Amino acid sequence: MTLANLKKGDKFKIVSINKNKINSQIIRFGLGEGSIAKCIEKIPRGPVILSKNYQEIALGHQISKNIKITKL
Amino acid sequence: MGTKCCDITNKIDLKKTNKKIVLAGNPNVGKSIFFNYFTGNYVTVSNYPGTTLEISHGKFGDDAVIDTTGVYGISSFNDEEKVARDAIISGDIIVNIVDAVHLERDLFLTQQIIDMDKKVIVALNMMDEAKQKGINIDISKLEKKLGVPVIPTVAINNEGLDKLKNNLENAQKGNTSIKEDENLNKVYNKTKNYAEAVLIMEGDKVISEKYGIQPYEFRKEYYQKRRQRIDSIIKNTVDRKNPQSDFLTKLGRLMIKPLTGIPILLATLYLLYEFIGVFVAQTIVDFTEGHLFGEIYEPFIKNLIIKLVGSESIFYNLLAGEFGLLTMSVTYLFGLLLPLVGGFYLFLAFLEDSGYMPRVAVLVDKMLNKIGLNGRAIIPMILGFGCVTMATVTTRLLGSKREKIITVFLLGLAIPCSAQLGVIAGLIAPLGLKYFLIYIITIFTVYVLSGTFLNKVLPGKSTDLLIDLPPIRRPIISNVLRKTYYKTKSFIKEAGPIFAIGAIIITLLNDFMILDKIQNLLKPITKGMLNLPSETANAFIMGIVRRDFGAAGLNSLALTANQTIVSLIVITLFVPCIAAMMIMIKERSWKEAILIWIGSWITAFAVGAIVSKILIYI
Repeated sequence: MTLANLKKGDKFKIVSINKNKINSQIIRFGLGEGSIAKCIEKIPRGPVILSKNYQEIALGHQISKNIKITKL
Repeated sequence: MGTKCCDITNKIDLKKTNKKIVLAGNPNVGKSIFFNYFTGNYVTVSNYPGTTLEISHGKFGDDAVIDTTGVYGISSFNDEEKVARDAIISGDIIVNIVDAVHLERDLFLTQQIIDMDKKVIVALNMMDEAKQKGINIDISKLEKKLGVPVIPTVAINNEGLDKLKNNLENAQKGNTSIKEDENLNKVYNKTKNYAEAVLIMEGDKVISEKYGIQPYEFRKEYYQKRRQRIDSIIKNTVDRKNPQSDFLTKLGRLMIKPLTGIPILLATLYLLYEFIGVFVAQTIVDFTEGHLFGEIYEPFIKNLIIKLVGSESIFYNLLAGEFGLLTMSVTYLFGLLLPLVGGFYLFLAFLEDSGYMPRVAVLVDKMLNKIGLNGRAIIPMILGFGCVTMATVTTRLLGSKREKIITVFLLGLAIPCSAQLGVIAGLIAPLGLKYFLIYIITIFTVYVLSGTFLNKVLPGKSTDLLIDLPPIRRPIISNVLRKTYYKTKSFIKEAGPIFAIGAIIITLLNDFMILDKIQNLLKPITKGMLNLPSETANAFIMGIVRRDFGAAGLNSLALTANQTIVSLIVITLFVPCIAAMMIMIKERSWKEAILIWIGSWITAFAVGAIVSKILIYI
């Protein structure tokens, strides 16, 4: 399952991030492989917005397909 | 080999000073207030990368204070990071400003600077907001874990700044997250600079090149170690109540959701129109361009030039003629563009500092994906309605060459600038709603089709959206004003010479009758393909001088409604003004710029011809 499959309100754990550069950027934003976060908005076939505490990040559709997760 | 490349003192003019104090932090953590406090100077703050590339510096006692653009980490991913990287590497003391509400994000940079073996002192800013949100931070424990002093501050209320100042000398090297190993030692032996050795281990190409070393591939490992360490520090030092959504957080989410976000965006654009299109473009510009420059300045300067060189020579034409350097370009730049561009920057500074812009980027991301762009391209697109020249410069913030080309092409082709919009609106209004719709639909269709086409044919891949959404905050007026001032000033500095050169070229073309020849060449097209009187060609050529000249030139021709709409469409799509054309050369290249112009010529006339044929049947 990837980030692109999430629905609004889902809690999840990041399993792996395929691309190196994206991985670095996401780690800088405060998440990373192993992080637990929540999907606070999902635009169908569009960006997904995640939050962890007060940190919110937006990821485009293509990137979100490259991030494997497990739903909690 | 040596340390010269990345010593920031070589790039900025610093007099002999004791120490270099470098301010570093994520975007929008209030760095400018700290910089002002230390130096009394100004620095611009921004949510959005791509706005300030100049480094600000000042003096604090005998020490130099250097400011950096907000970055989330240090590497060579983009220009901002390169500048921040060089400043941090060369700093003696790093003042790291951290947003207490966003520790997960901000402490990454802190730990990276510590890992680079720099002396660090942390200013834990926005403590008031953290308290309000029920975030409780054990500061002495955080100090112990990081190994560097941590000073809580509320910079906007001037709290904690004195304490920070008095503790600067206590800045320390902290606890690293990196295990030293053979590889790192090997690199360090070559660089003799620990900070740079760490960056080479993280695969930094620029630094590696400097020493002629192959970059290592340990970035993922280093970053993950850092992340784990920060997560564990936060777990041990921060205690928070369940994040409850306050009003501003909720508002931030409504801005992203299409159902509520689109109405909010439309309302914002309407406000922008009322402010720029009505207030600035009419009330203010009427006064500045019409009265100040048109009635007072220009007659004065013309008389002066006549006294100096007479009214017959080419110098008179160059300086004070129809397209003169001191007449047209000065009036255009200061009487018309300055108020419009300043107004745009003011409005955008409000939106940026409130945290709205990244949310607009999210909202429009899906739509822009279809034309090979991601949501961030909305910034230059909106700016384009102000001045295409200014917008073209902003395309620097886009992630790939491909996105830059698409955006620059669409800006030149289908975004009418504010100078032109007023005249276009004036010509369409009397024709009624039907023609207004024909105009809008045509331009919009061309925009979408050209974008889709470029997205299909251009090689490579566009980058995808990946942004941090800053909290929605009430903008600080003084910051907004300062930012507007500095951005407007840099626009005038950047675009001014280009408008001047443009004026010279046009005067020369005119004096040597080349403009006439181009007009004659165009005549068969205007008459044959577009069913327009041949004089319309003059208006098209004038559009290159100043886009509003072109549209205004149509006023004096007796055109039918159909002819008016066809010529307005052609003028909008036709090549942008000469200043925008020159900026395109500067930002892209000769080759790309010329392809873009030819592309927009063909598109403009083809679309004009098609619309004029269709109009016969409507």
